[in-house]
Amino acid sequence: MQKIRKYHFLFEELVKRDFTKKYKRTILGMAWSVLNPLLTLLIMWLVMSKFFGSNMAHYLIYLFAGNLVFSYFSDATNLGMNSLLSNAAIFTKVNVPKYMFLLSANVSSLINFGLTLIIFFGFVAIDGVAFSWKFLLLIYPIICLVLFNIGMGLILSALQVFFRDMQYLWGVISQLIMWVSAIFYTIDSYSQTIQNLFLLNPIYLYIRYFRKIVIDATVPTLQFHLLAAAYALIALGIGAWIYKKYNHEFLYYV
Amino acid sequence: MGSILKVENISIAYKLGDFKDIGLKEWTMRHLTHKFHVERFMAVDGVSFELKEGDLLGIVGPNGAGKSTLLKVIAGIMVPTCGSVEANGNISALLELGSGFDGDLTVKENAYLRGAMLGHSRKFMNQTFDQIISFAELEKFQDRPFKQLSSGMQSRLAFSIASLVQPEILILDEVLSVGDGAFQAKSAAKMREIIHGGAVTIFVSHSLQQIRGLCNKVLWLDHGKQVAFGNAAEICDRYQEFLSEKNI
Repeated sequence: MQKIRKYHFLFEELVKRDFTKKYKRTILGMAWSVLNPLLTLLIMWLVMSKFFGSNMAHYLIYLFAGNLVFSYFSDATNLGMNSLLSNAAIFTKVNVPKYMFLLSANVSSLINFGLTLIIFFGFVAIDGVAFSWKFLLLIYPIICLVLFNIGMGLILSALQVFFRDMQYLWGVISQLIMWVSAIFYTIDSYSQTIQNLFLLNPIYLYIRYFRKIVIDATVPTLQFHLLAAAYALIALGIGAWIYKKYNHEFLYYV
Repeated sequence: MGSILKVENISIAYKLGDFKDIGLKEWTMRHLTHKFHVERFMAVDGVSFELKEGDLLGIVGPNGAGKSTLLKVIAGIMVPTCGSVEANGNISALLELGSGFDGDLTVKENAYLRGAMLGHSRKFMNQTFDQIISFAELEKFQDRPFKQLSSGMQSRLAFSIASLVQPEILILDEVLSVGDGAFQAKSAAKMREIIHGGAVTIFVSHSLQQIRGLCNKVLWLDHGKQVAFGNAAEICDRYQEFLSEKNI
């Protein structure tokens, strides 16, 4: 706790720096990063609604839920994975906790996600989905997702220091994750076994949580909740372990 | 007088090799073909010294003697392979000018960021910011992007932040030789003020004249080994002798 208080100021200053640099002090810069997932959504909707939309209610919401979660995941991991390497000039010369850089990079992705989420609820309202108290439960997958993204960011940023081609590799892997996350298609026509296999993908699980609440208006099972938390904690645990173990090794590799 | 900094038998094995900047493919290939080599060399080898309140230690030695590595260990950036560092008090390290500064941010934003890195609170920075900026003589530039400053101005800012925050242990790596003559005189005066405040200062310099003028103790390193530690005047004489012999 004392440590949190001590580095609170540093954290704020790093967030401020990352924000200033990312948006170059322009409002349009910020608008662009919200517009980006919306444009993806628009294109997917134009192309896919003909195939999947005709026999499904609220296909736009279905699609948006998928894009909302995935674009946050992709944004947070891609920004986060460079956080260590791009701050090498700092941590090789000043004694600061290295995870600070990742946390600060995650804040701007989280804010983007929050803005997109507001637009998502706007779409939900326009599409005529009834709001209910169950929507409050969405806090749960959001917290899991935030922790999961931080964990993945820790792992990836450390790997990026050791292996410089990680960036390209991750580009490919995150594409693959996108395809198996059922963002624009449904998995109903697969056998039950394959449907269960989809749950091995944390991103799919979080997307599914959103869809269950918003479109189906049902609360997921307890096991579903436990699995969602387990993915987040496992990613976070591995990330924290790597940072702890290699804390003083990173500087040999930059 | 109590001991502020105690360094006991420190050794650091530095990792070297062309393993940096390689990708996963290259790494796998080298492991498969047994071409992956990591060399270790002793950057610092068995160094011990103790500093008391008010001491000013100068570290001398040729390039590659392990001076900067030793400072990094004292600052807590690196961990020693063996040995221990015992520090009683805040450590403020100024290892490289401009490190940790961001060219796109303004001078003021950079000062706050740097202050935060050194472990200070926002309240403290609000209180001392005017002092920092006036010591660095950069009042007119505080809202300019940092990259527009000249390198001398940048180092003035760096020095002002590090020294005005009153650390118990101040570490400086070849930074005193920056700025124009007037600023150098001012920073030397400031250093004396800190030392009189009961702090310990360590600095690396290639200027023997500067070390003679400021330090009361000197540590002489060569290839990571401790050649001598003790009274400044005596060791400076020996080091100067060593340098002149080498030149002949």
